[in-house]
Amino acid sequence: MGDLVTLSSNSLYLAFILYLLATFFFAGTIRDKRSEGSKTFSSKIAITLTIIGFASQIFYFITRWIVSGHAPVSNLFEYTTFFGMMLVFAFIIIYFIYRLNILGLFALPVALLIIAYASMFPTEISPLVPSLKSHWLYIHVTTVSLGQAILAVSFVAGLIYLIKEIDQSKKSKKTTWLEIIIYSIFTTLGFIIISSTFNAMDYSVTFEFPYDDQVSTVDYHLPPIAGPSGATLVSDNDVSPLFEAPGWMQGVNAARKFNTILWSVIAGLGLYVIARVVLRKRVGAAIQPLLSKVNRDLLDEVSYRAVAIGFPIFTLGGLIFAMIWAQQAWDRFWGWDPKEVWALITFFFYAAFLHLRLSRGWHGERSAWLAVGGFAIIMFNLIAVNLIIAGLHSYA
Amino acid sequence: MKKIVCDSCGHQNPEGTVLCQQCGKPIDQNQYIDGNENSKLINMRYEGSARRSKTHNKSIVDKTWNFFSSVKIGIWLISITIIASAVGTIFPQEMYIPPNVSASEHYRDQYGILGQIYYQLGFHNLYSSWWYMILIALIGISITIASIDRVVPLYKALNMQKPKRHESFLKRQRLFSSTEQVSEDDKQKAITTLKSIRYKVTEEDGHVLAEKGRFSRWGPYINHIGLIIFLLGCLFRFIPFMYIDEYVWVREGETVLIPGTEGLYYIENKDFILETYGDSPEDERFKEALQKQGGMVAKNYQTDAVIYKNTNPSALGLDPELEKFKEDSIRVNHPIKFDDFALYQSSYQQNEFESMSFKLHRTDDPEEESLGSFSVNLANPENEYILDNGTRVVIDQYFPDYYLDDGEPRSKSKYPRNPAYVFLVYPPGQDDYEISFAGIGRNVDPTGNNEFKLGLQDFEVRDVTGLSVRRDYTLPIISLGGLIFMIGVVQGMYWQHRRIWLHPKNNGLWIAAHTNKNWFGIKRDIEKVINDTNIKMVMDQEEDQNNYQPEEQTK
Ligand code: HEM
Repeated sequence: MGDLVTLSSNSLYLAFILYLLATFFFAGTIRDKRSEGSKTFSSKIAITLTIIGFASQIFYFITRWIVSGHAPVSNLFEYTTFFGMMLVFAFIIIYFIYRLNILGLFALPVALLIIAYASMFPTEISPLVPSLKSHWLYIHVTTVSLGQAILAVSFVAGLIYLIKEIDQSKKSKKTTWLEIIIYSIFTTLGFIIISSTFNAMDYSVTFEFPYDDQVSTVDYHLPPIAGPSGATLVSDNDVSPLFEAPGWMQGVNAARKFNTILWSVIAGLGLYVIARVVLRKRVGAAIQPLLSKVNRDLLDEVSYRAVAIGFPIFTLGGLIFAMIWAQQAWDRFWGWDPKEVWALITFFFYAAFLHLRLSRGWHGERSAWLAVGGFAIIMFNLIAVNLIIAGLHSYA
Repeated sequence: MKKIVCDSCGHQNPEGTVLCQQCGKPIDQNQYIDGNENSKLINMRYEGSARRSKTHNKSIVDKTWNFFSSVKIGIWLISITIIASAVGTIFPQEMYIPPNVSASEHYRDQYGILGQIYYQLGFHNLYSSWWYMILIALIGISITIASIDRVVPLYKALNMQKPKRHESFLKRQRLFSSTEQVSEDDKQKAITTLKSIRYKVTEEDGHVLAEKGRFSRWGPYINHIGLIIFLLGCLFRFIPFMYIDEYVWVREGETVLIPGTEGLYYIENKDFILETYGDSPEDERFKEALQKQGGMVAKNYQTDAVIYKNTNPSALGLDPELEKFKEDSIRVNHPIKFDDFALYQSSYQQNEFESMSFKLHRTDDPEEESLGSFSVNLANPENEYILDNGTRVVIDQYFPDYYLDDGEPRSKSKYPRNPAYVFLVYPPGQDDYEISFAGIGRNVDPTGNNEFKLGLQDFEVRDVTGLSVRRDYTLPIISLGGLIFMIGVVQGMYWQHRRIWLHPKNNGLWIAAHTNKNWFGIKRDIEKVINDTNIKMVMDQEEDQNNYQPEEQTK
């Protein structure tokens, strides 16, 4: 059994490395003289590596399923990794429709970030609580994340569109928003770098603090910038928090989570500043020239098509299957739990997207902004609702 | 109604038509309706058909109709709903705050001034507020009216179209090409290819219409119907007959009437089982996770239950004659179902007191020799107990779930989870009593000079299971709505309505093409069609012009 666990996690590493390699080969296609969409040597290698990586991740998934006895989609690590895998899958499908190499150069890094982000969470195999013990667990979760992944491809195409099209000759509201999007990607990267660095150092600080009329303890795995209010140090490190987390934050782990967010924001800022210093211009402006060859109408088409394909799948998994399961597990198909509400918001948002596009002619840039907004909602539901707004569905 | 006669083909079109239903020639005076005046291309969204919302604007009915049929309004409604829904997740809704705390205090204490405002605005029950329901209802109305407004004229226009189209219609399609010289062979080749890629081809005097996937145009209307049915299903829940939502607590060994069944069904709780992880060898794989989580992780909640049917229901619970109807275990994710009802494992209480027995002895007796004892059945405590030696014990006060609230004894709930009593002890033949307070692990003599003392001798506990009782006749309607919605969306999204017109012009040929989405796909089709012929590939006139004119610009 133990060997299978190792095999399983190794094949996840392998998948990660293959996606990384594939990204470099997709980058190689930029320099190609021929136009986008043609089958060059570099692009063939890139897509082949992607597919092998995907197969390797499938192998991880299946072996982990065998070990745990349930589909590995039941905690934040497993679910988020699966989402990364589905993103690669969605990319492969769309790639074979449109043969757009540039999409790989952006979609794979997003998938890599997501998978790396996932592995910052506890990775051990965890048992299923009674409400998760149902076939609907995997029917529901797999369809939702496939739907969300296809919608994420829409975001990727939209982002490329924006980087390509936004006028970078002068600073404007649009360039600022674009930099904010890029910065938030850097923040994720910052979080991953910081967490894995301190993880490798086995860093840990323990505090005791009063919570709900009791004394609770909390382990920090990052140096405490913000400590729990009224905390005393119990481990034998020699650190003290710079300040206390605000008192209105709820939950035993609120201060620790807040500390992690602070670290990510700071690390992201650091990376962003370095990038600006090196590039000597806005990050968007630096990437723009690389995209000169890309056909912007094709990007627009891909972004829209991904919504057209992803929206029904998301609705099926995230609303309909979810309702069937909730009816069985909790005797009501809808309970206005935050996770459910945000799935409904996603549904409404993309419905509005489609209507705006169809009836009000929101094509091109406006449609691209909407695709980015939709992805922000999906990520909010995946991360913030789990970590910040606790509900029935909270995994962490 | 006034008709507009097309000056090209003579077809009689209804008032408000933008493009002639038969030949597609733009009707000059109506171009403003679809925003075609200043555009090279024509808006094909609704085939230039005459919609009620664009032709009537006098009465209040017209104005209401036009308001709700506007997609712009629809999008506004959806946007407002998005924001409102998000606001409802800032703090937990009232149903998710701990029970037995007062909401007004809870929001203030937990979330400060913002929480208080949240509560005062009623956002703690946002989704059942009147205004949220009105928002949803307005979306429903909007969907209905917008769909009716468009589907009927669209249907007519698509049904009447002829292969032979007016030239200004063709030239102003997004995809267009004109080739000077095309042989009859090449044209036939093109037609053959069109047929082979499953276009439906109709011809009229050498003019060709190749069409594919028209049914996908009905996708939006079908999905909207699904949504309406879904919403109606939800509305029906307010009819009491349609939706029964009850709750029942059953103690182990007890048989009770299932509420909501009108005396017809009873349930017996044979056993309640709570299993946790870590007991069985196969849980070894979860060792690490279990260690980290520290506490118990539940594996299974289960009630082994028997459902009985009352064969004598007329006596309404007075004299039920129970007949075993079904026996099964109720687990999370595995409700028991009988006769349209379903019982769900919803909650439990372990170790509730079933009975407690006390013995009386002299306070100063170190041996605590019994002077008599009695047993209180907690499901049904008596007022007074006579002991063997003639002592009378009266229960003056009973706290099933005792706690001290600022020095005052109170009960947290009506369930015997921590029973405590104020007993009045009347020694044999006396009218004076002694007061004695007794509960689990406590026995208080308020005066300090009681002659007798009551000591807890023994107790029995049992588990209680909490089951929710549902009968929901709206579920089939809601499911039907969901199914129809899915069919509609898939139909509209995964297929497209593609049309290619071949128009002989002198010795040459024009091609024009339109699709409602996926332009990439139709261009690929056309590439196949012209392959090996000298017909020119179509130009994407929108890519060059980028002069797309959305509908309803001014509204
Ligand atoms: C949440 C609710 C809604 C959902 C999920 C929904 C869904 C859809 C979908 C999937 C389409 C097809 C879009 C496409 O083909 O790209 C569509 C089209 C449409 N919807 Fe909705 N819709 C909703 C609400 C509304 C509302 C409130 C209106 C009212 C104005 C409306 C009016 C329309 C119209 C006019 C079309 C175009 C029909 C056509 O192409 O002929 N929808 N809707």
